[in-house]
Amino acid sequence: MSMVLNEEQRLLQDTIDDFLSTNAPIDQLRRLRDTHDYKGYSIILWNQLTELGIPSILMPEEFGGFGFGFEGLGAVMQSMGRNLTASPLFSTVVLGASAIRLGGTASQQQTLLPNIAVGQLTLALAIDETHHHQPINTAVRLKEQNGQLSISGEKVFVLDGHSADKLVVVVRSSGNAGDTKGLSLVLVDSNAAGLQINRIQYMDGRNAANIIFNNVRVKRDQLIGELGSAHTILQQVLDRGVVAMSAEMLGGCQEVFDRTLQYLREREQFGVKIGTFQALQHRAAQMFCQLERSKSAVLSALSSLDKNSPDISLQASLAKTLINDCYQHVSNEAIQMHGGAGITDELDIGLFLKRARVSLQILGDSDYHKNRYAQLMGY
Amino acid sequence: METTKQFRLDIRNWLIANCPESQRQPIIKDQQIWAGRRRTFYCGDAKLWFERMRDQGWTAPSWPTQYGGGGMSLEQAKILNQEMKALGCRPALYDIGLWMFGPTLLEYGTEEQKQEHIPKIVRGEIRWAQGYSEPSAGSDLASIKTRAEDKGNHFIVNGTKMWTTQGDKSDWIFSLVRTDHQAPKQQGISFLLIDMATEGVVARPMELINGDHEFCQTFFDDVKVPKSNLVGNINEGWSVAKALLKYERNMMSIMSSIVEKEEGDIVAIAKRYIGLDSSGKLANNGLRAQLSEHLMRAQGDALSALRLYQQHKSGVVDRGLGLTMKYLSTSEQQHKDELLLAIMGNRGLSWHDQTFSISEKKTVKNWAYNKAHTIAGGTSEIQLNIIANKALQLPV
Repeated sequence: MSMVLNEEQRLLQDTIDDFLSTNAPIDQLRRLRDTHDYKGYSIILWNQLTELGIPSILMPEEFGGFGFGFEGLGAVMQSMGRNLTASPLFSTVVLGASAIRLGGTASQQQTLLPNIAVGQLTLALAIDETHHHQPINTAVRLKEQNGQLSISGEKVFVLDGHSADKLVVVVRSSGNAGDTKGLSLVLVDSNAAGLQINRIQYMDGRNAANIIFNNVRVKRDQLIGELGSAHTILQQVLDRGVVAMSAEMLGGCQEVFDRTLQYLREREQFGVKIGTFQALQHRAAQMFCQLERSKSAVLSALSSLDKNSPDISLQASLAKTLINDCYQHVSNEAIQMHGGAGITDELDIGLFLKRARVSLQILGDSDYHKNRYAQLMGY
Repeated sequence: METTKQFRLDIRNWLIANCPESQRQPIIKDQQIWAGRRRTFYCGDAKLWFERMRDQGWTAPSWPTQYGGGGMSLEQAKILNQEMKALGCRPALYDIGLWMFGPTLLEYGTEEQKQEHIPKIVRGEIRWAQGYSEPSAGSDLASIKTRAEDKGNHFIVNGTKMWTTQGDKSDWIFSLVRTDHQAPKQQGISFLLIDMATEGVVARPMELINGDHEFCQTFFDDVKVPKSNLVGNINEGWSVAKALLKYERNMMSIMSSIVEKEEGDIVAIAKRYIGLDSSGKLANNGLRAQLSEHLMRAQGDALSALRLYQQHKSGVVDRGLGLTMKYLSTSEQQHKDELLLAIMGNRGLSWHDQTFSISEKKTVKNWAYNKAHTIAGGTSEIQLNIIANKALQLPV
């Protein structure tokens, strides 16, 4: 396992690049955005991806999966980033299925995972309670009264929460906001009584939901892992999510950078290609340096997930911070270097700018991860 | 796999058995063992450690054994390096010949030249200096004016070189000299080896902003140099010079990491100078965030170095990645130096005054000295030009 793809992984990357650029070009995202498509992704595309086996990419070969691991997933996420592909892969497979794989009972795994693999079940992770990601501050309660468990409270900005079949809900069964102890994971049907789901559309055309839990009844077998001790599992799920999202951002950032370079090579002003101007060359070279540095962090984090490295949380925060800052910078520069054309909706550059901002917030912005990194490093 | 494991184990055992405890402490600049006729050892352990490494050929582990090198593959040399780092073993020898000139001579030199010079480099007998820049030729290196006139079986060299590192302590200098005045800039340059003991060579130290006198201006006044000291063909020295610059960039990355060891752990320094609040966080939020930013960028660069190594091993090398390393690592070193000063506050403003500790003074001197990192070995601006043209294919 390394930061250089082997033959098999390269083949996977080429296949998925070909497939997505043909079947899920950026025009598809525009259509979804402009028609306010309810799901926010193409169900046809998700079926096609399922036929390719993408939902089971993380499953080991003995469970009928590909065994490509996180390095393979990283290749797919990068390609989705390049093509701005909207799909339930992140919410369902990276977050939801990981929670079930890591914390679920044998019976939960057997009933749920095969359905995910064939594209018949989508999931969403209901975690945030404010507009900033801060999982440890979870306050929504899992109450127990007369032996009956129930959830009341609100989860906000739940990615794909409006379209998922089931929700993996992070709740507090004991302790107070800020405690690592007392967190639980609960699987809730999206049509359960007492749920009120309000869809939110983001600037990048993707969707999330604010979800109100009004005394939603929960049975014991809906718990994922032990009551009150979900923190370790949650941490692992979030680290996977952070790294996978970083991989998507890496792909998007590379694409918008490549498009900008192409523009610098072609666009003429003052009778010369603007790419000959040293002011622009140096900024482009600096972006490249930042991008290569971020890429190393992301590829290393993917490989560390496959190796189950003990420092994965550190690596995840490292990768997300570097690629957050890089994508933000590169997408801004991309607009500036495209000049007037860059601020028209006709060009795709603005779509990358918006995706960058949305993904920046997903599972923690740079401030969140810098703080987490500092905590993990002990200062 | 098994043989690699065994190899690593053998190396580790050898190092444990042969590296004296005193040579497993973080290296201090004054205690570095530099090559040369005037080589000195600050203590017996340092001499012992150097001699043991030298006798294995491990001062230059990947060079061929016929010239005294260790004969290791790149992978084996990396294992040696990793094990030395893990055990905290100091580098046994410091020399520009070892880092830059030797690899270039192995690539471009004649058999006679290799036999004459390489073993002396491995054994640390000769200290090499670099004669590239001149008062009017910095980034525009090809505009050098130092001339070598053809006098049949020898050249007569006249001119001035700048930034000769420790020129007054060096034995030989590899120099760029102009051998054809009519040819366009880069085509009339030759690569010449000059013994600094020759009559007419004078190296005069210059004081730098850190107070040191590491660099010299070197003057050549009718210096007689045998023709056999020419590396590569006459008037084709530019390609040799460029090959060497590639190694110089690597060296600059090595040098940045050597300095890092001197100051110790920046996290520990931050804790000491800033303190922790009741929740165990550094008591200054801004500096705490800056520290994370620095550590993350530095870690990203370390991972790039690892990725580049993995690429070399797999045979699929991405040229652009390597080009980013000098620019990134040298500017990150400067970020770190600035951050150290910020962490130390007024205690980071030392010069001679006794109020300040030795390590505080050292940190400040390093801060000043490391301003050279983004200038030497190709300025950051030149690096960006190269990246823009070679890696990004932006039009010239």
